[in-house]
Amino acid sequence: MHPHAEYLLHLADNALVLSHRNSEWCGHGPELEQDIALSNIALDLLGQARHLYRHAATTLGGTNTEDSLAYLRDTRAYRNILLVELPRGDWGFTILRHYLFSEFSHLQYTALQHAADTQLAAIAAKALVEIAYHRRWSGEWVVRLGDGTDESHRRMATALDSLWPYTGEMFDAAPYEQTATAQDSGIDPATLRADWLRQVEQTLREATLADDRSTLARAQTPHHKGGKQGLHTEHLGYLLAEMQFLQRAYPGNEW
Amino acid sequence: MVKPDHTDGPADAIHLVLTKVKDPEIPVLSIVDLGIVREVRRGPLADGRDGWQIALSPTYTGCPATDMIHQQVRIALYAAGVTDFEIETRLAPPWTTDWISAAGREKLRAYGIAPPQPWPGDGPVACPRCGDTDTALLSEFGSTPCKSLRQCRACLEPFDHFKCHGRAGNGFRIT
Repeated sequence: MHPHAEYLLHLADNALVLSHRNSEWCGHGPELEQDIALSNIALDLLGQARHLYRHAATTLGGTNTEDSLAYLRDTRAYRNILLVELPRGDWGFTILRHYLFSEFSHLQYTALQHAADTQLAAIAAKALVEIAYHRRWSGEWVVRLGDGTDESHRRMATALDSLWPYTGEMFDAAPYEQTATAQDSGIDPATLRADWLRQVEQTLREATLADDRSTLARAQTPHHKGGKQGLHTEHLGYLLAEMQFLQRAYPGNEW
Repeated sequence: MVKPDHTDGPADAIHLVLTKVKDPEIPVLSIVDLGIVREVRRGPLADGRDGWQIALSPTYTGCPATDMIHQQVRIALYAAGVTDFEIETRLAPPWTTDWISAAGREKLRAYGIAPPQPWPGDGPVACPRCGDTDTALLSEFGSTPCKSLRQCRACLEPFDHFKCHGRAGNGFRIT
């Protein structure tokens, strides 16, 4: 595949799949306001994904459209990291995942707003304003829940243990990321690692979640990977089956 | 309001049509008040004809009203007898609430929504009912992506606040 299109799809898939996971809370949030907040965040991510798919479709040409890219690719063609496809878990898990991802995408899109691909740069600049909100909102909740009751602290600590082994994949540069970086239209994620760790560690300390095992020490542990190459957990297939059902059952159907 | 780069009559007529298209989420505001009309000019269309090129900026990338706004612009232009036009989604520079016109801000306030503060948004937010600036944030996300929920400590009224969003100082003239 066209490496730059693959890079755009990777960015779009991350946004779409996390949007889908967050949207599963719509109508189920612990409080109305937080339900609305997470649904709005899911909408932002969906909007970002749409712009990226449109741009990828233009880059690929042919009969590709934003809809065909979202609805007609199978799991092996998806390039999202494994972190975003994991089932939503409890509220603490969802919040912590969103925070860990937002800290990363904030750094990533900050770099991408200077991409030589001007359309990608425009999408990144637009998305960044929204991601700044997501990062702040989820970070505040990580602190509130981590440094909250015994129950909320326990749940956040459990979520951290579950999620941490999936964060390393963010910083492994896939071949299409290396190509995009070489063409000044991407950012090597490995270069974002130190800043991400510093930010995350600070938040986790404030949330009383960075105990004796510091995040820097955790960073040395092996991690799950494969999503960037299309090798996914079993969970993505179920998500796509639900999301793609209509177009698979009734090809070309429109609202 | 950001003036499109034209001075001739016909473009003003297009502009007038656009001032009648309302934001479906906040029907007191036109899309011109909202500052999302970036450009109206005459140029070649995709099919080779000459026509009106209309550039609109989305507010939030995921705002569900975006598609509806495009549809309503098409309907309004057709109703005005204009068929030679194309709508472009322009992302750069990103829309900011600083592009909401002074008239738009006043319409928001009269409608019960506190208008956004100028960038960077750290100024006081006045209650749209009693005008007191002693107000508190209840929820950062409100009924739509662009609003937060606040409450006035003076008159106790809860109200929507159009959040300050985006960045200013990107070369566009804001009047």
